[in-house]
Amino acid sequence: MTAGAGTEEPLLRVRGLKVHFPIKRGIVFDRTVGHVRAVDGVDLDIDRGSTYGLVGESGCGKSTLGRAILRLEEPTAGEVVFDGTDVASLKGEPLRQMRQRMQMVFQDPLGSLDPRQNVESLLSEPLHAHGLGGGKAGIAEKVRTLLDAVGLPAAALRRYPHEFSGGQRQRIGIARAVALEPDLLIADEPVSALDVSVQAQVLNLLEELQERLGLTYLVIAHDLAVVRHISDVVGVMYLGSLVEQAPADDLYEQPLHPYTRSLMSAVPVPDPVVEETRERILLAGDLPSPADPPSGCRFHTRCPWRQPTRCDDEVPLLRELAPGRLVSCHWAEEIRDGALLPKSAEEVAASMGASVRATGSGRIETDALVQGVDQPIERR
Amino acid sequence: MSAAGPLSGAPVLEVEELAVTFSRKGEAPVRAVDGVSFDVAPGETIGLVGESGCGKSVTSLAVMGLLPKRGVSVTGSVRFNGQELVGAGDSMLRRLRGADMAMVFQDPLSSLNPTVPIGTQVTEVLLEHREMDRKEASREAVVLLDKVGIPDPVRRLKEYPHQLSGGMRQRALIAMSLACSPRLLIADEPTTALDVTIQAQILELLKELVVDTGTALVMITHDLGVVAGLCDRVHVMYAGKIIESAERHELFARPRQPYTGGLLASVPRLDASRGTPLRPIRGSARDAIPWTQGCAFAPRCDNAQDDCLTEVSGEIVPLEYDGPGRELRCRHPLEYPQAPPGATALGAAR
Ligand SMILES: Nc1ncnc2c1ncn2[C@@H]1O[C@H](COP(=O)(O)OP(=O)(O)OP(=O)(O)O)[C@@H](O)[C@H]1O
Ligand SMILES: Nc1ncnc2c1ncn2[C@@H]1O[C@H](COP(=O)(O)OP(=O)(O)OP(=O)(O)O)[C@@H](O)[C@H]1O
Ligand code: SF4
Ligand code: SF4
Ligand SMILES: [Mg+2]
Ligand SMILES: [Mg+2]
Repeated sequence: MTAGAGTEEPLLRVRGLKVHFPIKRGIVFDRTVGHVRAVDGVDLDIDRGSTYGLVGESGCGKSTLGRAILRLEEPTAGEVVFDGTDVASLKGEPLRQMRQRMQMVFQDPLGSLDPRQNVESLLSEPLHAHGLGGGKAGIAEKVRTLLDAVGLPAAALRRYPHEFSGGQRQRIGIARAVALEPDLLIADEPVSALDVSVQAQVLNLLEELQERLGLTYLVIAHDLAVVRHISDVVGVMYLGSLVEQAPADDLYEQPLHPYTRSLMSAVPVPDPVVEETRERILLAGDLPSPADPPSGCRFHTRCPWRQPTRCDDEVPLLRELAPGRLVSCHWAEEIRDGALLPKSAEEVAASMGASVRATGSGRIETDALVQGVDQPIERR
Repeated sequence: MSAAGPLSGAPVLEVEELAVTFSRKGEAPVRAVDGVSFDVAPGETIGLVGESGCGKSVTSLAVMGLLPKRGVSVTGSVRFNGQELVGAGDSMLRRLRGADMAMVFQDPLSSLNPTVPIGTQVTEVLLEHREMDRKEASREAVVLLDKVGIPDPVRRLKEYPHQLSGGMRQRALIAMSLACSPRLLIADEPTTALDVTIQAQILELLKELVVDTGTALVMITHDLGVVAGLCDRVHVMYAGKIIESAERHELFARPRQPYTGGLLASVPRLDASRGTPLRPIRGSARDAIPWTQGCAFAPRCDNAQDDCLTEVSGEIVPLEYDGPGRELRCRHPLEYPQAPPGATALGAAR
């Protein structure tokens, strides 16, 4: 399906996308006292028929990016080109038609399905609304095909969302999203609310539907193992920007960005032998606030490879280090070649001005933390 | 590793045939925990794993004596240092909790009082359980926050829970639970709400604690990866019962219960290459049948046969000896051919 994709125009092209949310204070006058830079300059391409996986920790801007692509969130800057058309230029009917071709699957299927509608009505509604399906009989037929495609029995038609398990509800959400035969499906944490055994069912269903319907996916998730499993290309986000992008297998074989390396080393693997032998890079501190991101490289407050020059004051660009391998780190080559070695979490903390705690035994404890980086972020 | 764990000694906690039933007027009673037995030795970490609703949290609440009295019946035995806790008086349980046994929950915000500064909450535990005056207690609180990796503890003591990030709150809660150097710590999904890089920090902290203080740790989680890295012994639960127990290397290399095997085959692994198929278990935990009718997993099990039903075999599928250090509740377990030398642990299971 992805064959020859390299030469074709990508289905989705995002350039310099920014979404900044104003932070308001004051009771009488709503003063804007700053901005949360939820998405701060993202470029990405998604080839037709492929799956792009977006991974990153809570609050790094994954959902906001997904919503901005669908124009559910108004971008502050940048462009989103879908199948050759700049989405920002669209209004009214053309925008509605474009939206039909891009659908979304949400994390919490119960929250996104109207509890008063039964499955039949949930699935036929979008078809009616867009005048698709060809009349009553046509729609009924189509709804049955959809149910079958997502592996639910016809008996499900008369039932209501609360009567289903989480995995079944996610199947309904997926059926609803593919009802309009979209080209692009954006799935935001599609399996994170599900039990492991059920997660696998939904991941397999997504793969099967992609093959059958020729869908293109943007899968957003915080779970790197899930993302690696389902994606052709993986993008790693940190504080509103992409820090690395690579084919899924390459990313695992040789992560280039220090953040990717530590993220990868933190993901537990269900195998004691692997757990005992793998390298673990503990990070110092918490995620800095996106309202006041660090200068220079945004990862420098936690980076085990931070250097005395460039890291603190020069913003690294996302650049191509090898074919298909994008990374935004000044020292990526040196780190890859092993010419630079990582510091431990406590050394990083110490270099950022936090005290390093020594225990009674004289041993230095791990992960002393960077100060002041864990302030809660105010919402609009 | 021996069956008794790395630091064998008399168990700190012995749970025997623990059962918890919820009954509400007009509704059929719910047996959430159904004859669970396990023990934990000092310095040992055991894992209770299973999917949502299998009874992990109810088990831990029952051990701590934290279940409401009304509408709940707890039977069986929970012995802490040999002392029976089931049916024990509230004052004794309260004395033990916080001092000798402590618990950390998934959502730190709900277990911290939002209107009281962190420092006051930590000092209160110290004042209640240790003979200290206020001054000593606040000094000790600083030491505790520092120990769990909270930077600038003197300033932090004055802050309220909402001013801390999720990871910091969980650290604060762990600090409180450590206030009296408990012999037993029960951690119920302590990292589920946290990002993986923060989870790695907290798990490291827990590991150090067990090594440094010899605390017995009961880790409750649905994440098999967390279990693989942390627990000496693992108990897998399904529909209120333990269905398989083993030392962790054994369990991951040769899961015997079809449910355990199914779980391992359904998790995407970070180290599996793209295209490695996932083998989900069909259906969901909602399909469980009551144990009195047969194996609760039978409706989802590929190995199920007639004798998995109580009607046919005449008894509820028992938890039985399954080789050294192993116990199994299954009539037709997964079998392993003679493992070829050098086979990877999971190669055998898949
Ligand atoms: N409507 C809004 N107003 C103000 N800030 C917002 C708004 N929506 C999101 N944010 C902030 O933008 C940042 C990115 O949020 P976003 O939801 O995109 O993150 P995420 O990567 O999806 O996180 P998660 O994994 O928790 O879902 C966060 O700091 C969040 O608090
Ligand atoms: N107060 C209660 N009244 C009635 N039933 C309850 C009560 N508390 C729990 N249960 C039931 O007991 C069973 C076990 O619940 P428990 O909270 O122990 O599950 P768990 O294994 O901790 O799941 P999770 O992974 O979702 O936390 C569930 O079926 C639940 O619905
Ligand atoms: S630019 Fe510097 S601080 Fe940023 S990731 Fe690279 S080495 Fe680390
Ligand atoms: S007892 Fe029977 S149904 Fe239950 S897990 Fe074993 S084989 Fe399957
Ligand atoms: Mg999100
Ligand atoms: Mg629970």
